[in-house]
Amino acid sequence: MSACERIAGTVANYVDERTGAAAWMKKNLQKVFPDHWSFMLGEIALYSFVILLLSGTFLTFWFDPSMRTVVYEGSYQPLKEVEMSAAYASTLHISFDVRGGLLMRQIHHWAALIFMAAIVVHLLRVFFTGAFRKPREFNWILGIGLLTLGIVEGFLGYSLPDDLLSGTGLRIAQAIIQALPVVGTYISFFAFGGAFPGEAFIPRIYTVHILLLPGIFLALITVHLMLVWYQKHTQYPGPGRTEKNVVGYPLMPVYMAKAGGFFFIVFGVTAFLGAVASINPIWLYGPYTPGQISAGSQPDWYMGWLDGLVRMAPPIETHAFGHTISWNILIPGLIIPGILFTGMALYPFIESWITGDKREHHLLDRPRNVPNRTALGAMALTFTLIALINGGNDIIATHFDLTINQIMWFSRIGIIVLPPLAFVITKRICLSLQRADRELVLHGKETGRLVMLPSGEFIEIHEELSEAKKYTLTQHEQPKAIELVTEDAQGVLNPKGIRAKLQARFSAANAENIAKPTAAEVKELESGHH
Amino acid sequence: MKFISKYRRHKFATPLLLVIALSALGFTFSAATAAPASNSMSASAKSTLVEEGQTIFLKGCSSCHGLNAEGGAVAPSLIGVGAASVDFQVGTGRMPMQDMSQQAMRKKPVYNEEQTAALAAYVASLAPGPASLKNEEITWERDGNTADGGELFRNNCAMCHNFAGQGGALTQGKYAPTLMGVEPKHIYEAMITGPQSMPVFSDKIITPQEKLSIIKWIKAAESEPNLGGASLGRVGPVTEGLLIWVFGLGLLIGIAVWLTAKAR
Amino acid sequence: MSKELEPLSDPGLPEHIHRRADTDPIAAKRAEQQVAILFSLSALGTVLFIYSFFFVKEDVFIFLPILGNTNAHQLGIGLGMAAGLFFIGIGAVHWAKTLMPDQEVIAQRHEFKSEPEDRDAFVKAAKEGAEVAGLGRRPLIKRTLIGAAALAGLPAVFMLRDLGPLPGKELEKTNWKSGTRLVTDPGDRPIKASDLEVGAVAQVLPELLPGQKRTLEDIGKDAVLLIRLRPAEFQLDEERLSWTHEGIIAFSKICSHMGCAVALYEQTTKHLLCPCHQSTFDVTRAAKVIFGPAARPLPQLAITVDAEGNLIAKQPFTEAVGPSFWERSS
Repeated sequence: MSACERIAGTVANYVDERTGAAAWMKKNLQKVFPDHWSFMLGEIALYSFVILLLSGTFLTFWFDPSMRTVVYEGSYQPLKEVEMSAAYASTLHISFDVRGGLLMRQIHHWAALIFMAAIVVHLLRVFFTGAFRKPREFNWILGIGLLTLGIVEGFLGYSLPDDLLSGTGLRIAQAIIQALPVVGTYISFFAFGGAFPGEAFIPRIYTVHILLLPGIFLALITVHLMLVWYQKHTQYPGPGRTEKNVVGYPLMPVYMAKAGGFFFIVFGVTAFLGAVASINPIWLYGPYTPGQISAGSQPDWYMGWLDGLVRMAPPIETHAFGHTISWNILIPGLIIPGILFTGMALYPFIESWITGDKREHHLLDRPRNVPNRTALGAMALTFTLIALINGGNDIIATHFDLTINQIMWFSRIGIIVLPPLAFVITKRICLSLQRADRELVLHGKETGRLVMLPSGEFIEIHEELSEAKKYTLTQHEQPKAIELVTEDAQGVLNPKGIRAKLQARFSAANAENIAKPTAAEVKELESGHH
Repeated sequence: MKFISKYRRHKFATPLLLVIALSALGFTFSAATAAPASNSMSASAKSTLVEEGQTIFLKGCSSCHGLNAEGGAVAPSLIGVGAASVDFQVGTGRMPMQDMSQQAMRKKPVYNEEQTAALAAYVASLAPGPASLKNEEITWERDGNTADGGELFRNNCAMCHNFAGQGGALTQGKYAPTLMGVEPKHIYEAMITGPQSMPVFSDKIITPQEKLSIIKWIKAAESEPNLGGASLGRVGPVTEGLLIWVFGLGLLIGIAVWLTAKAR
Repeated sequence: MSKELEPLSDPGLPEHIHRRADTDPIAAKRAEQQVAILFSLSALGTVLFIYSFFFVKEDVFIFLPILGNTNAHQLGIGLGMAAGLFFIGIGAVHWAKTLMPDQEVIAQRHEFKSEPEDRDAFVKAAKEGAEVAGLGRRPLIKRTLIGAAALAGLPAVFMLRDLGPLPGKELEKTNWKSGTRLVTDPGDRPIKASDLEVGAVAQVLPELLPGQKRTLEDIGKDAVLLIRLRPAEFQLDEERLSWTHEGIIAFSKICSHMGCAVALYEQTTKHLLCPCHQSTFDVTRAAKVIFGPAARPLPQLAITVDAEGNLIAKQPFTEAVGPSFWERSS
């Protein structure tokens, strides 16, 4: 036994005598994880979170979350002797007078942007492959919760330096709070400690940003990961893969090396961005004062879609019985996002109601095989994208020689017209792809090689697919629509009434698929036939 | 002919043809829309600056601004705008306007310094107006205060020209242009004459001293290196978000594909 | 019939294909060397970081393509840190891909549902526990428990009361009173009508009383934009016209939509644009909204001149400035 092995043995024994760890360690060291690049998107988010914790802690050693007025005496000359809040001044200090300070600020902010982007692509992967189905519905809801909290956390984070751009963002947030009926002004005055901007808000959001939300994140992420661990990861369909097994690599050593390595890669790429790309140059924005504004003011991208919705809202406000309700703020700022996120959170249950499918699923769907779900996702994406584009309409206008008015009208009309269009187009594309799959299985792959038959006819040679490929393209289920039962044998009407009718309708639309080829059909055809 | 047939199916044939076609299109377009050639008129020793200016005016400006600079359907009156306006508009190449679009674009000046001065003198002779300035007169380096200039800039200019003077959108396709690479006298003249959509910043509202500070700040921002790395245009979160999606996520997903691919 | 609906059968896991490093020891050695090189690059990166941190001056700038004039210190520590981290990762992944076993392993999934005996045992234990507690038989305990628990949460809510003052009439008042002089922002200089040319704008605040200090909250409601047009260009009713002076008109600079500063004045069109959400206001018609999500025009401040010719406010704003709120009646 080498010295290494002896030391490891002693440590392991020490721990096991006190905790009985060997039992579950033995099981878990061999745990199998399927290996696909699309399963690493959540990891990007996870590692970004760790990077945020590390870089953020560094920043807290110098950041002063106070809004008291100070006169700047640091090394950045264009702001010499300018009055500003201590929060802004300390951020300047970190940027210019702490070695590595600007680097860490930039790493922190880039990591936040990657974090949110990774969450979104991870969400899209989980959605389009149906990984949210039983038994993973709760994990999906946790994920939506993490997405929502991430948006809030990022917003609070970039508002901490109290610069002109983020201060404007706070002003807009305050206007949304203030617009709430009945309680708006009260909540606003409580949150800001009085009139806007006050001196209380930044110290308060500091506590939320570095303590409360990270704590909630840690808890939610832990449960999110534990569920994945315990329920085992889903896998893509293919030969040898069933609903009852999981095929992949063991945790030790392969998965540890790859996943651990990926952490360093994500950190490295983030650090690279922090080194070569400037982000949030607050010294150019200047300190926040409500009397100033910059052209081209936008929030960070993950809130850009909200800004876009607010920009395109019709100017509707109602005044009745001495009270005002600002629909132009409430609808785009709260009601539509509320509907969107609630719908997202409840989607697993909505889909299982439509399909009537209450079984467990561990094999993922190929998106083309679930055209309705894929089309719905495309629709939601189109909606968000149009909102996002409108959020940057002034920057787009100046750079592409358009007018903000044109982009605004495009967005107002487009956001109603384009999503349903995206739905229809995506569904048709999915069905076409299903048809293409069917052709592949039955007739094989086109090789582009032409052969002239003795009779003078030209045919193209088709190469038969491998058994593995044929299986992959046909292993999926094509559920039938739920039949509408209006009355039973005794003539009693269905108690579910209209819900049953809706369910049958949706279910029928959902079951629209191109029939996949059966074993009998495949056997019928000879290989090599065109 | 043989050459063409021989290399017809060469793999570079299509890209090369594309390059040739696009270049031809580009050159034709540039030639067709080129501004008229500089008038190289020599002033006779006897004609005054004002007369020279009037001659140039009649030839190059009166078709829009009227024979007596009284204005018309497409162009405003120049009576009373002063030499400063002319020095700015002509000196930055905005006038003569290339096309009748939403606003005059800064471009290579058509008239040289002498001709510009002549035009300015002519317009100044029509009615009193702000006088043009020379760069040497704008003593921003000596008399301006950068920090004050920044405060003034953010209060009065950033709302149109963006926090770093990169320009911004106005309504209906108009825009506040970038302030980078503009001569100090042109900045000053713009502030006092309020060209096109820009309002006038009177000397009692922003004093001459304050104007010098603003110019000093603009110059400081212009020469300030990008302290955190590539600047991404200094327009804020839009380009930052674009970079993260295209480069950041793109790179990471690419690495994930490599990571899960089977080694040979 | 059932035979026709049968899907194709599962051919099982594909045959394992060996990597070069699995069969060829030279390839394995080369892979090992590659991993070692990658780890060494990481070490070099860390060295670059340390060197740059301590020995590269912070005011040195170097010119690089794309990046332009960049701070050498920043670039050195940044690239050093990035390389230090990145190559550990690449090295570990390359190691796993080329040298660690890549045989796919199959593990079985187990049903999550517990055995019926366990489920019954759980239900039995839970039921027994509830019965023994006696909640069902002792409604008095149950009711007082619920009452106490509900009340116990209240102190937490009430303690938040002192987070801030009640809004009161705060949102409806500004520092503009009858006779308040308009002063430049910054500078605090009084303004005469003749100071403004036609087409000029001025950022304006109310003059401070002696000893008064201006806070950001003050600016957030007092900020006013002064614009001079030709009197003939106004399309106002008599009352609003009387609030102007010789073509000079004053509006609250705080957007009626969500509170950003509205100060983009287009001299040619006489429109004010708010850059946050592109609400556009027509100055000639008392800042009427002509585009964008704002629902109300900007409040107009009635101005006139005092005995010395300085511009003063005639009266306070006749409505609350800034974004709307529930208690606002119009």
